[in-house]
Amino acid sequence: MNRQAQAAVLFLLGAALLHAGFTNLYLRYVKAGLQPLLLLSGAVLIAASLATVWYEWRGRRKADDAVEHGHDAGDDHGDGHVHREPRVSWLLVLPLLALILVAPPALGSYSAMRTGTALQQPYGYNKLPTGDPLPLTVVDYATRAVYDHGRLIKGRPLDVTGFVALDGAGHPYLVRMALNCCAADAQPVKIALTGKIPPVLQPDKWLEVTGTYTARRTKDPVNNGPIPYLRVTEAKPVPVPKDPYDESWNN
Amino acid sequence: MAITKAAPPTADSPEPVATPPQGEPVDAKSADAKSVDARSADSKSLALIVLLLLLVVLQGPIRSALSVPVMQSWMTVFVAVLVQALPFLVLGVLLSAAIAVFVPASFFARALPKRPALAIPVAGMAGAVLPGCECASVPVAGALVRRGVTPAAALAFLLSAPAINPIVLTATAVAFPRNPEMVLARFVASLLVACVMGWLWQRLGRTDWLRPPERPHYEGQSKGAAFWGSVSHDVMHAGGFLVIGAMAAATLKAVAPAGWLRTAADNPLVAILALAVLAVLLSICSEADAFVAASLTQFSLTAKLAFLVVGPMIDLKLFAMQAGTFGRGFALRFAPATFVLAIAGAVLTGAVLL
Repeated sequence: MNRQAQAAVLFLLGAALLHAGFTNLYLRYVKAGLQPLLLLSGAVLIAASLATVWYEWRGRRKADDAVEHGHDAGDDHGDGHVHREPRVSWLLVLPLLALILVAPPALGSYSAMRTGTALQQPYGYNKLPTGDPLPLTVVDYATRAVYDHGRLIKGRPLDVTGFVALDGAGHPYLVRMALNCCAADAQPVKIALTGKIPPVLQPDKWLEVTGTYTARRTKDPVNNGPIPYLRVTEAKPVPVPKDPYDESWNN
Repeated sequence: MAITKAAPPTADSPEPVATPPQGEPVDAKSADAKSVDARSADSKSLALIVLLLLLVVLQGPIRSALSVPVMQSWMTVFVAVLVQALPFLVLGVLLSAAIAVFVPASFFARALPKRPALAIPVAGMAGAVLPGCECASVPVAGALVRRGVTPAAALAFLLSAPAINPIVLTATAVAFPRNPEMVLARFVASLLVACVMGWLWQRLGRTDWLRPPERPHYEGQSKGAAFWGSVSHDVMHAGGFLVIGAMAAATLKAVAPAGWLRTAADNPLVAILALAVLAVLLSICSEADAFVAASLTQFSLTAKLAFLVVGPMIDLKLFAMQAGTFGRGFALRFAPATFVLAIAGAVLTGAVLL
């Protein structure tokens, strides 16, 4: 890989990071807190690419001057051109293509059903939000249902938003992936649905489910983790939220 | 010289391919000298054009192949690992360039004890000040070796830095609120293993195993040219290997079944080994691995400690990056030794502290 190609890859990589960082694209892959670092590194990569072009151009001009004045071009010239990065550097084009052309979606039902629910006993509960129906996150509902036995949410209409996942037998779940750092460590928290389930459910479609607490529970076949049920009264499709992951765990 | 700036942009649109490569006019003298060079570059750019045309023509089938859930999940994890690691890699690369250009070699000679046996623990402790994950430590360790730091000490730094810096230890404390001893155990075990690996390298290591990192000479260049030259070299180099590691980690996450972990948890010894192997395969950033370890509820604390000690020292993407920076011969010897010692260190520390 010669200097120009290097500068181009660096520039595009920096631009792709800036693009992902300025739009909400980056939230599909990493936690929100990484944004400043992401933008900074994008800027550094672009600066490095411009510097590469600038010093290349200057080195060449200096060498040309030297030739004109009858001096030996010397090592200085050779250095800038002969040095090449190994072929492995070309692999950096792959994430570029993936990020710019494909921009894969946030992890969905496929990963969710392959991984056990990550529900854990909390060390306390946040104050309940206000509203009727009561808006709860998937994680919040699942924790309160399993570890608090629905004490404060019993009998109240609840609003929970997540994406649909179906297990092997076709039972529907409402899932949200919880994330600590990046999608590689994302883990699902699942709620099983019962009651008035919409007749046609497509995996990965986001739903805002209105329903009530029920004491019924099941076990995740993958890791035996507890999965609470939610009795559905109404479900309506909603667009993918700005941040598809639940980041409440990584404070 | 035919692959000019036009090459990578063509990746996303076919237009630039059509325009002839517009490299700056090459003077006759160097054109003559580089005719062989130019020919190989010509064939390379031809291959690239063919590849891109194929990509455009086969867009439909490629798209549908990529929309299969396995592939989507693979790509998401692949992109996520890179987007997550690149900022830290850039941070490490900036630091490594600063060390290479602005810190005189004599500084390290003065800062580290003369005797290597003492320099190793000092360098290991110094790892505590590099705030970041393992991607940052590889280029910095490479820069230290080039700056004349004894390799054994640089390696101790390489191993300890990603595990014992304040950010990672804080994350560990947050992930294990009921077991604060986990933070101490992680710190002690990681530092212990890093120092033992350093001493081991000092006794048994041979310099010819360690390929001195190749790079252009920066002598005779201005500081700015040297600094940015080092930055772009390191990003391109380590970045390429990072891509290989990310691909491996994404493959594991998307393809391997999670069910086998449950059976492994039943036997305490198998459990430790299983989580150590998992740490290598998953290649999770050391700032996040504590949360993943905490979620593996069916495993013992010692097994989780093994996961936390092994992960930042050796995993697939680190192996690829180490092989790229220090040579394959080095990585093939260093990685297994690190793996075994890290498990031993974790078990030992676990027996005492947990």
